[in-house]
Amino acid sequence: MAYTPKQVFLNGIWLENPIYRQVLGICSTLAVTNLLANTLFMCFGLIFTTALSNFTISVLRDYIPKRIRMIVQVLIIACYVMMVDIIIKALVPDIHRFIGPYVGLIITNCIIMGRAEAFASQNKPLLSLFDGIASGAGYSLVLIFIASVREPLGFGTILGVPLPARDVWWHSWIIMVMPPGAFFMLGMFTWFARRWLVREVKR
Amino acid sequence: MEQLQNMKFFVSLVLIFTSAAFTDNILLARFLGMCSCLAISKRVDTSIGLGGAVMFVTASTTALNYLMYNYVLIPLGIEYLRLIIFIVIIAAFVQLLEMIIERFSEKLYYALGIFLPLITVNCAILGIALFMLNKPYTFWQAFAFGAGGGCGWFLAITLIGGIREKIKESELPKGLEGPAITLIIIGIMSLAFVGFSGMIKI
Repeated sequence: MAYTPKQVFLNGIWLENPIYRQVLGICSTLAVTNLLANTLFMCFGLIFTTALSNFTISVLRDYIPKRIRMIVQVLIIACYVMMVDIIIKALVPDIHRFIGPYVGLIITNCIIMGRAEAFASQNKPLLSLFDGIASGAGYSLVLIFIASVREPLGFGTILGVPLPARDVWWHSWIIMVMPPGAFFMLGMFTWFARRWLVREVKR
Repeated sequence: MEQLQNMKFFVSLVLIFTSAAFTDNILLARFLGMCSCLAISKRVDTSIGLGGAVMFVTASTTALNYLMYNYVLIPLGIEYLRLIIFIVIIAAFVQLLEMIIERFSEKLYYALGIFLPLITVNCAILGIALFMLNKPYTFWQAFAFGAGGGCGWFLAITLIGGIREKIKESELPKGLEGPAITLIIIGIMSLAFVGFSGMIKI
């Protein structure tokens, strides 16, 4: 099957969005979305890793023996994640303290393994690079949306900047700061996205 | 005096275990292991199978990773390699487990067979190993933390499996079936578990 780059982008970002269509990579979605700044760094890390690991796996796809491909893929992904971890630690140590463990967990993020298995092991390197970027972008889109609901409602700030006249009208929804808020937001987002945004493919 | 010391040590283990299992539940408060949980929790018996396997692997690999980190990585000054080392230990352990089970109990192998590869990519296991590094634990405390975390995951996925079996019978609005309703159920359960958080402070 041949894909055009445009199709790949559309699939990754919208039609086959990793989060609400394929239900992959949920863990980190929930954990880092209480503050927008955390989310942005997480998204950066994820796009970087999916794109480059997809590319590398696709380049090596004919040389990796079938039986040990899982462990090889995990090792390739782990190398890139380690780079991201070190970069984030150097640039923004404060944010790293909070999202550090979750950055490490990008290794076991099912989006990356899923794309490597489903796409990169069968397609050309450049196209796989695009696919990685698109899937990462689809993931980021949902994360940024959820974070931009949770942060204002939970903390009354956007990217750390207080909302205008916050003391007058704003009241904290503590549930948005706590874990349950993340589950409810993602549950509702998935519902709306599946119901209205993306039409089911007729079988 | 020595008895008091032993007592304190034992209490700290119990506390760490309970807090990892309930107040800091790895699935409901730390959001880890969601992917396999959403995929597997459709029925109670499969949930119990995967939950049990995860519990065992988590407890063992947390202890192994603790030893590896403190006695190999730190003395050599290569802590930055921890991600790779941890994932390799977990993958190797699961592979070894698979071979041992296959050798000794065919029945168990067929019951657990499909879950074993899923465990390697279960983020709860790597997650517990990484969270453990943030805390100044001794070896046995780290083991209790791993066992508690695995036990909490087992508990959560079994409960969710039970609820989902009931939900299958009812009619839901379009688009809400499958993952969406499961996420909302998990949200409500997570509210209940957050209620425990006043209980223990460590």
